[in-house]
Amino acid sequence: MKLSPLNARRWRNFKRNRRAVWSLWIFAVLFGLSLFAEVLANDKPLLVSYRGEWRSPLVSFYSEEDFGGFFQTEATYREVEVQCLIVSGGLEDPCLDDPEGIIEEVQTAGTALGEPAEAGWLLWPLIPYSYNTNSDYPGAAPHPPSSQHWLGTDDTARDVLARVIYGFRLSVAFALIVTALSSILGIAAGAVQGYFGGWTDLILQRIVEIWASTPQLYVIIIVVAIIPVSFWLLVGLTVLFGWIGLVGVVRAEFLRARNFEYVRAAKALGVSDRTVMFRHVLPNAMVATLTFLPFLVTGAIGGLASLDFLGFGLPSSSPSLGELTLQAKQNLQAPWLGFTAFFTFAIMLSLLVFIFEGIRDAFDPRKTFS
Amino acid sequence: MTPPLVEVRDLKMHFPIYAGILRKQVGAVKAVDGVSFDILEGETLGLVGESGCGKSTCGRAVLRLYDITDGEIVVDGRAIGGEDQRSLRRMRPTMQMVFQDPQACLNPRMTVGAIIGEPLVEHSGMSRAERTARVEELMDKVGLNRAFINRYPHEFSGGQRQRIGIARALALNPKFIVCDEPIAALDVSIQAQVVNLLEELQDSLGLTYLFISHDLSMVRHIADRVAVMYLGKVVELAPRDALYDAPLHPYTEALLSAVPEPDPAKAGQRKDRIVLQGDVPSPANPPEGCNFCTRCPKVMDVCREIDPEFREVQPGHWAACHLHDTE
Repeated sequence: MKLSPLNARRWRNFKRNRRAVWSLWIFAVLFGLSLFAEVLANDKPLLVSYRGEWRSPLVSFYSEEDFGGFFQTEATYREVEVQCLIVSGGLEDPCLDDPEGIIEEVQTAGTALGEPAEAGWLLWPLIPYSYNTNSDYPGAAPHPPSSQHWLGTDDTARDVLARVIYGFRLSVAFALIVTALSSILGIAAGAVQGYFGGWTDLILQRIVEIWASTPQLYVIIIVVAIIPVSFWLLVGLTVLFGWIGLVGVVRAEFLRARNFEYVRAAKALGVSDRTVMFRHVLPNAMVATLTFLPFLVTGAIGGLASLDFLGFGLPSSSPSLGELTLQAKQNLQAPWLGFTAFFTFAIMLSLLVFIFEGIRDAFDPRKTFS
Repeated sequence: MTPPLVEVRDLKMHFPIYAGILRKQVGAVKAVDGVSFDILEGETLGLVGESGCGKSTCGRAVLRLYDITDGEIVVDGRAIGGEDQRSLRRMRPTMQMVFQDPQACLNPRMTVGAIIGEPLVEHSGMSRAERTARVEELMDKVGLNRAFINRYPHEFSGGQRQRIGIARALALNPKFIVCDEPIAALDVSIQAQVVNLLEELQDSLGLTYLFISHDLSMVRHIADRVAVMYLGKVVELAPRDALYDAPLHPYTEALLSAVPEPDPAKAGQRKDRIVLQGDVPSPANPPEGCNFCTRCPKVMDVCREIDPEFREVQPGHWAACHLHDTE
């Protein structure tokens, strides 16, 4: 793909802003890693060798029975008995009696209770906890950071680092989806208003004003009280109120650009309204829209976090940074919760703001670079 | 006799003025207020007048870029005065426009090929290859190097940009082109090139022009007949030579006397320079009677009361002035 000269210049300008480039790289790596959260932090092993056969519990379902155990439910790999079954090749009874002993014997001598055993092994992810794994680490939760839990655990003994990884992914995905959807809606509404003007503009503008003065938080609380809350419900509710932000900016750009000579020329050529809007007017509105996008993204992240903090957001089992913040407030004796929440938000939002700042400067036609 | 290609009868374009909380209409800017003229096939009608007299509005209204207030327009045998914009789209290939500012009328984000090809995308079922061939043919016709097809407008000079605008207007083989001050934004040396190009195209393609300009000498060069506008009305319409040699309307006389004399020796001897006093009245509030009565050097009492009729004073020479009343 070849960039047009204009876009090539924008890309050059962006690359000249080193803070933005570095932020983009760091953010891309962090978000890229968080996309593979299941591989990084999980309570299932990545790979299991059972009687010489390789199985991947991450991808497929295996019951305890498949490993020579008793239950037909999914194997709980964190239990030492299940680990023993895998390592010893399915010796059910010895593993129920003395799992630690059997594991040690198989790993050191290659035998179980004196008999030769088909030795197996488990390959664990870097963080052997998922966001909803309750750790059986001894002591009262929340646990302080240790070699087992690098950032400690929260008050239900869930690994904070695992929750941060999943929560980061959830927050960013939420923000990106909400931003994409509300920009599509907002740009469409603003475009129609600005392009056609007159009564269309007047009526739609009044509707937008009424909509904007609706107390968003109350509506969300009421809806959440009626409908069971889910990720997509929150996306929908946030978009419902988020699109208004862009309307004004896009409308103003369209009002300005619809009287441009080349827009008039296109109309004189008999180009249809829709084509004129997309081909000739919308590119003018893109810079203003782009300037506004960082506020939408950071706003969406903050919005989700505050809903979670207030308890009206996602169910408490889901990995949420807002819920972590709430726990930090409730457990002031466990400062690692507060520090983790603070640094996660600070780093995430700063990176995003730096990136968008660079993008905005790169798109600014008035800004001259040497 | 064949009917004229373009007939305009009593064309009115009023822009409403709203005021107050209730947005009540309190008046109207009468940009074009009862204009009538014909343009024969293959002819160039020059439309001159000072800034703000409604020339450009008139040109755009004739192409129905505005929803006109009143009047009738017939282009190529089809009455388009009252049609809605949607059905007009099919009519657009017949009538095109060349714009004043070649910098502003080309989308800076599109390549030359995309700009010239845009009307083809909209109105013809041509394939991509056919379109490229047609665009290259048009570029040849207006004297642009074919190799520039993928360049952007800002990479061209003003004259070249105007050629792009002309090529775009020609893309659909129109019969009638409104040239809205096509040379006003160009250097004098480039103006002649563009005007010559327009004349050549007229000869080879049989085009009909409505040539809007405030440059009287350029209009004298290109036009067959000339209409003079003042404050939304045509005050005089005549064949070129008749108008320049023997103007009937005092405003035309004043306008012609303002044309600079290129010979400095003669320039000093000129005594017939008519300098008009005062400003053009607001088109939102034109004077009673003749529109020109506030500044006319030959004003009479009747001018302040009765609006003069636009009538044929001599064969083919129309004027709206009480000086030529018959009784």
